[in-house]
Amino acid sequence: MSKKSILRAIRQNQPQGPPLPDLPSFASDAPEAPLAAFQAMVTAMGGQVANAADYPDLGALVSAYFPGETSVASTVPGFPGNIPLQNMASPAALETVGLAVIPAPWGVAENGAVWVTEKECLFRVLPFIAQHLMVVLAKDRILSNMHEAYQRVQVDETGFGVFIAGPSKTADIEQALVIGAQAARSFTVVLE
Amino acid sequence: MTDTDLGERIIQLRDEPPSHIVLPAIHLKKEEVGELFHQKLHTEKGATDPKYLTEAARHHLRERFLQAGAALTGVNFAIAETGGVVVCTNEGNADMGVHLAPVQIHCMGLEKIIPRQADLGVFTRLLARSATGQPITIFTSHHHRPKPGGAMHIVIVDNGRSEHLGRPDFRNALKCIRCGACMNTCPIYRRSGGHSYDVAVPGPIGSILSPGIDLKKHSDLPFASTLCGSCSDVCPVKIDIHQQLYKWRQIAAGEGRLPIVKKWGMALAGHVLSRPRAYDFMGKLARRALKMLPRFMVYNALNDWGKSRELPVPPAESFKEWYRKNKMNKPE
Ligand code: SF4
Repeated sequence: MSKKSILRAIRQNQPQGPPLPDLPSFASDAPEAPLAAFQAMVTAMGGQVANAADYPDLGALVSAYFPGETSVASTVPGFPGNIPLQNMASPAALETVGLAVIPAPWGVAENGAVWVTEKECLFRVLPFIAQHLMVVLAKDRILSNMHEAYQRVQVDETGFGVFIAGPSKTADIEQALVIGAQAARSFTVVLE
Repeated sequence: MTDTDLGERIIQLRDEPPSHIVLPAIHLKKEEVGELFHQKLHTEKGATDPKYLTEAARHHLRERFLQAGAALTGVNFAIAETGGVVVCTNEGNADMGVHLAPVQIHCMGLEKIIPRQADLGVFTRLLARSATGQPITIFTSHHHRPKPGGAMHIVIVDNGRSEHLGRPDFRNALKCIRCGACMNTCPIYRRSGGHSYDVAVPGPIGSILSPGIDLKKHSDLPFASTLCGSCSDVCPVKIDIHQQLYKWRQIAAGEGRLPIVKKWGMALAGHVLSRPRAYDFMGKLARRALKMLPRFMVYNALNDWGKSRELPVPPAESFKEWYRKNKMNKPE
């Protein structure tokens, strides 16, 4: 079947639907204290929350949460880590990254997710291939729910963007929940 | 080609079709997975801990991700307004594949297209809540352009969908977001398992989609239902599944698609069900026969439900007999 005949069939068979509805804001659904709700949801989804104010700088926080971690790749300005990302030839070279530290422009209170794009990652695979993932999020950048998130984020602003809501997990063997399937084994949100 | 979702990989290694769209290996015990991994991935013999087995799969799959020349994903939603696709996973396997391989290919049915990015607010919430009860899938990835130096392709599949759109009674089925909720609630699916349907999408939604693709082959599926309506109740996009099952029955029967076994069977059932004495007698006969008959008499061409699975052990007595023994004439 050619593209033309498929499109013709669709045009012919397409029902006359009602006009597109305006989406309600679902504001009544929104958590009252977004920051507290966000922290609770990150924990519920299997992640952890760290408070930047409790440490002199990000380096100290990283050493406290991941003592002895020797391969840290960071895209946070002012915190270079110890893997020079700029010199990486291919995404596959990131296989050895133990911890990735990435700034996140937005968080979502209702589900503990953060929005990250390729602009923040340098390599798209970085937040997935690292053994552990840490994102740095400003407290005043937490949105209430996914409806608000899709109003603030422009999904095609970059070629790739993702909501990440915890460590990689699976329940494919006898429905037993296992953290650390294919992507990062842990998820830490640093609030500053 | 390597399947990278853990459940999909397990059944691929077993040379089996999936039995569930969200949990493809739900029919397997951890002992079976342990034995399979021992043979194929050289895990320790007798090891059955899901954590240990998942870790072994993680290493095995990472090797494949690093070598792949192209990565192929499904699509949960495509956005007309921005020309991109959204892929949701909990394991992160789609992202590992797509961002490592130089070529990324996203394959989708044409019904996956939603009008605006704002609509994703509705759909991402619906999908996760109905699929696993999570507030959101762990990874909700939006792909709009290839990575620097890479290539990106989107394949839009028709496979009978544009034709299905022209069937007013059935077109609603194209709203399906493949959450699996109708399977999880279906009393027939839960007892029989996905393999008895013998199609890629099993369960209630599969039973109304498959007849549209090949009525002759799948005319029996709409009959394998109690029409209890539980599927329509849980469906997040409100597909009238049980009503469509009923309508497919009318069409199958009207076109003379009832297999001879079912036609006689129905006539016989009608006769027996309207005569309580005959019903009791047939029940007794069946319970005894299932116990005593040799395999080939029970598992043969006449018994569709025995093709891909074992029948349950028949009970020793009917409810009526049990009731008579235990409850009747006994003081409360
Ligand atoms: S028919 Fe409804 S409940 Fe079943 S998988 Fe599709 S969306 Fe989910």
